[in-house]
Amino acid sequence: MKNHVLRPLWVIAGMIALVLVVRYFYVPKDFGIHERGYMYGWHREGNIGDWKKVSVKYLGSEYCKDCHPDKYESIMTTPHAIIQCENCHGPATGHPTDPPKLVIDKSRGLCLRCHALLPYPTSGRANIRGFADPESHNPGLECVSCHNPHKPSLEGLK
Amino acid sequence: MKKAQMISRRDLLKNTVKGIAGLALPLAAFEIINPRSLFADKDDKSKVRWVFLVDTYKCVGCGLCVKACKIENETPYDANVTRTWVERYVITKDGKFHADSPKGARDGFTSSKIDLGMGKTEDIRKEDIEKAFFVPKLCNQCENPPCVQVCPVGATYQAPDGVVLVDRTWCIGCGYCIMGCPYGVRFFHPKYHTAEKCNFCYHRITKGLKTACVQACPFGARQIGNIKDPADPVTKIIMTERVGILKEEYGTKPQVFYIGLDKEVR
Repeated sequence: MKNHVLRPLWVIAGMIALVLVVRYFYVPKDFGIHERGYMYGWHREGNIGDWKKVSVKYLGSEYCKDCHPDKYESIMTTPHAIIQCENCHGPATGHPTDPPKLVIDKSRGLCLRCHALLPYPTSGRANIRGFADPESHNPGLECVSCHNPHKPSLEGLK
Repeated sequence: MKKAQMISRRDLLKNTVKGIAGLALPLAAFEIINPRSLFADKDDKSKVRWVFLVDTYKCVGCGLCVKACKIENETPYDANVTRTWVERYVITKDGKFHADSPKGARDGFTSSKIDLGMGKTEDIRKEDIEKAFFVPKLCNQCENPPCVQVCPVGATYQAPDGVVLVDRTWCIGCGYCIMGCPYGVRFFHPKYHTAEKCNFCYHRITKGLKTACVQACPFGARQIGNIKDPADPVTKIIMTERVGILKEEYGTKPQVFYIGLDKEVR
């Protein structure tokens, strides 16, 4: 065969070789077809471990119980027992080392998530005591300035 | 009779078999979902198949799940994207249908006004409501995930326990998966610029914890379980009670089961 035919073929062969070499070094060794087959399991296996390593932020009320037994036990006797400490106090990860104090959400909006009355018959929302018009009830004041969220019954009023 | 019009016995039998095979194929394609087949699949190497159960009767629309999810999974709090969200459905007596999910219900539903977008709202009087309820949404971790099929680089995939994950180091940000998901659960992460989705808090469930949204829910509206464990309370409910799934006509076999779904829910 004449040279002018061979030359471009060599160029193409070189390009293919280059792609294969780059691919060899660039694609991680654990990339390939895994348990779920080619259609759903074609991936880098190490990524499963990467996701497992993500840090946990919400630790649950059981984490709070040992150091704050008084608060834990008192709220457990009230209807607010179903609410996790961290829903208002923020995620406890690192506490008490860092951060030493958690930032408590005392906003009206937090209480109104449940206590703004929405009369929706087939939702649990209709059964929660709430305000039909929350804006008219002491506007601008934080709910916690009168109500104690750890003792939400009216005897708990400050 | 001309020879070309004749059909030999061999051809007749061949075509009959082909015809029956052709008819049988679409019948198999019509099988939409059966949680029992996953439950019974004991030969599978994985002993775990994560599923989710949402009880819409219990949901009050407080949005504490959305808040917890955003913080736990470091989804930028003020960006209008979230891995899970809560939708409100209000159907009035005149047959009209209203639905909204302001900020994905990150701050809950604190007013009877329906968010119409562009800063407009519509108030609905209590007397006009025929039915109204809340529906939490999250990734369905489909058994046949279309988002995985369309990924051109193998950045999103299904783990052996059924959870669909995204490899942030491998995602090229083409957005095919975001378009491919019929449930709209995927979005671009504002910080990493890669596809992002709910992964059932993979870092928590693999450590024996509940997902952040399940833990944060005060009313038990959200539950996570392993459908391969017959003693799991979630498995028992899915097997013995009336549960529904979203958009089953797509054949994606979603693994988030709902109690109290309604035809208006999409």
